[in-house]
Amino acid sequence: MRYFTSEFLIERNKDRCINCGVCARQCSNEAHYIDLDTGEVKSDETKCVDCQRCVCLCPTNALMIIKNPNQTRDNANWSQQAIREVEMQASTGGILLSGMGTPKEYPVYWDKILLNASQVTNPSIDPLREPMETKTYLGAKPTQLEFDEEGNILTKLPPTVELDTPLMMSAMSFGSISLNAQKSLAMAAKECNTFFNTGEGGLHKELDQYADHAIVQVASGRFGVSKDYLNKGQIIEIKIGQGAKPGIGGHLPGEKVNVEVSQTRMIPEHSDAISPAPHHDIYSIEDLRQLIFSLKEVTRYKKPVAVKIAAVHNIAAIASGSVRAGADIIVIDGFRGGSGSTPTRLRDNVGIPIELALAAVDQRLRDESIRQNCSIVIAGSVRNSADVVKAIALGADACYIGSSALIAMGCHMCRTCMTGKCNWGIATQNPELTRRLNPEIQYKRVVNLLHAWNHEIQEMMGGMGINAIESLRGNRLMLRGIGLSEKELEILGIKHAGE
Amino acid sequence: MKKVYAIEELCLNCRLCEVYCKTAHSKSKNVVKAYKFESPEPVARIMVEGDNAHSIAMQCRHCADPACVNACITGAMQKDPVTGIVAPDPNKCVGCMTCLGACPYGVIKVNHIAMKCDLCRETGEPACVKNCPNNALIYVEEEELQ
Repeated sequence: MRYFTSEFLIERNKDRCINCGVCARQCSNEAHYIDLDTGEVKSDETKCVDCQRCVCLCPTNALMIIKNPNQTRDNANWSQQAIREVEMQASTGGILLSGMGTPKEYPVYWDKILLNASQVTNPSIDPLREPMETKTYLGAKPTQLEFDEEGNILTKLPPTVELDTPLMMSAMSFGSISLNAQKSLAMAAKECNTFFNTGEGGLHKELDQYADHAIVQVASGRFGVSKDYLNKGQIIEIKIGQGAKPGIGGHLPGEKVNVEVSQTRMIPEHSDAISPAPHHDIYSIEDLRQLIFSLKEVTRYKKPVAVKIAAVHNIAAIASGSVRAGADIIVIDGFRGGSGSTPTRLRDNVGIPIELALAAVDQRLRDESIRQNCSIVIAGSVRNSADVVKAIALGADACYIGSSALIAMGCHMCRTCMTGKCNWGIATQNPELTRRLNPEIQYKRVVNLLHAWNHEIQEMMGGMGINAIESLRGNRLMLRGIGLSEKELEILGIKHAGE
Repeated sequence: MKKVYAIEELCLNCRLCEVYCKTAHSKSKNVVKAYKFESPEPVARIMVEGDNAHSIAMQCRHCADPACVNACITGAMQKDPVTGIVAPDPNKCVGCMTCLGACPYGVIKVNHIAMKCDLCRETGEPACVKNCPNNALIYVEEEELQ
C-alpha cells in the first residue's frame, strides 16, 4: 500500500502527442513508457521528479508537469512536505536525503539590500565607452612594500592568482557530478580565465590540460591527493566544511564509484567513498596550521592555500583563526549552498546565511588588522550578478557559483541528485545519462553566463561611478538595507534605505 | 561533398532526428500534422538503431559509386553530378524495391516509391542536424571530419 500520493501529475495533451516516445526513452525514472499493446505513450506520475527533461525535449510541447492537487487537508503547521517526510521515514526507517541547497523560506538578505547609483554630484560611468576593470587577485597581500634604489620590489610577495572576473566555479567533485559536467566547467574556466574546483574527488587525467585553471581540494577523505595533484592546481583548498552539510563529511555510494572514479579518487572500485566528518589530523587551529604549511611546503610556497569553512555561528572567530594559521584565502560557504546529497535535516537547519557570515568575517578581520593577509571567497547560493556586486561590497573578493553553473548546463533543480538518475547528465555516473551532457555545447552556456554576469557587474559598478572592482570591495556605503532590523543592519554593517 | 555524420558517443537515442526528418519531408512541415493528419503519411529517412546504451542514427551515405543508382531498373535513382546528392525521381520510380535490396547500409525505405535522405536539399540544412539536442549529428565535408 502506498501511503503518500505522487507529488506531481503529468498532463499529456492528446491532441499534440504524436507517440514518438522521446519522453519514454529519455526518462531515467521511467515516468513515461510505451504501451506495447496500443503503441501509445503513457505516463506513471508516481515516478516523476519534475526534472523537466521530457518537457524540454517533447517536439510538440505536449507535456506539462503540474503539482498534484490531490493533497492532504490544509494545515499551516503540518505542511505537505512535513507530512510526506514522516510518511517516507515511516516506510524506510532511514535518514532523509536531499540534493541541491535548501528550498526552505529563510530570509534572503541579498534581496533586502539595495545598491547605490550616482546622481548629479558624482558622475556615473558608461562601461561601453570607458574601461571597466573586473580583474581580481586572490591570495594574501603584503602589508608594506620595500624597494631598492632602482625601484625594484625587495619585499617577498606572497603567491597570488589572477582572475578576469570575480566569479569561480564551486567545488563539485568528479563522482558527485559527471566527468562531462566537470569538463564543461573546466573548459569555461579556461576560456574566462578563472578557476574551476576539483572538489574532493581528485583531478581526472582527462582534465590535466585544464590544470592551469584548477583549484585542487584536500578534504577529510583525502581522495585523489598526491604531490603531483597538489602541484598541478593553482590554488589548494582545504575543505573543512560545506554549507549544505556543516559538520559532516560526504558519502559517495559505491555504485557511483566506477573505474574512472576509483582511479581518480585512488580508492577500490565500487567501495563507498566516505569522507570523515572532521579531518582526523585537525582538532585545533594549530593542527590546521600544520596542514596548511605541509601543503605549502609540498608546493614550495608557490601556491595560495585556501581554507573552506561552512558558515556557522562562530564563523568570524574561526575565520580569524584560519587566517592566523596561514590561510591565504578564506572560503565561506553559506547555509543555502548546494550538495549532491545531504541529510535533509542538516541542509535545512544547520548554518547561517552567507550574507551575515561574510559581513561578520570581513569586519572581524578588519578589526584585527589581518584582512590583507587573506582573500575572502564566498559560496552558497549566488544567484545573479547583483548578488555578486552586493557580496563584493560587503567585503568578498570573489564568489563561487555552483547551482547557477549547473542550471546553465541544464539542471532544473529537481533536487534528486542523490538518486544518480540525473536526466540532464550532471549528477550521475551512468554512461547512458552522462553522454547527454555534451561539453562542447554546455561549456559555451557556462561561458555565456559568466560573460553576461560580468557585463552586468560592470553596468552596476558604472552606475555607482566606480570603474574598478577593487574600489567596490568592502565599500558598504554602496549598500542600503530594506526592511531589516537594527541588529541585522548592525551585523551587515550597512545603513537602512533613506539614511 | 558535405554529408551528415553521426557521433555514436553523443547519440542519446531520443530519436528526435526521426521526428524532424519526417516533418521536413511532410507537406505541412508541422510535426503534429505530419504525424496525425497527412495522407500518405510522411516517412522519416533517418533511422536510429540501438537502444539507450548504444545507439546511432543511420541515413544515406550518398556514396561515390552508389549501388542503388546502379541497381535502379528505371533510371529513377540518380546521383546529382553537381551536388552529389543521391535521390530518386518520383515520376520515374515504380517502387520495385531493387534499390532497397542493393543498398549496403539499409537506409532506403519504400512507401509506394523509394524514400531516402536528400540532405534536405530544399532548405540546404538537414533537419536532423539542426534539431539534434546533443550535436550528435554534424553536417560537414569529409575532410573536416577530424
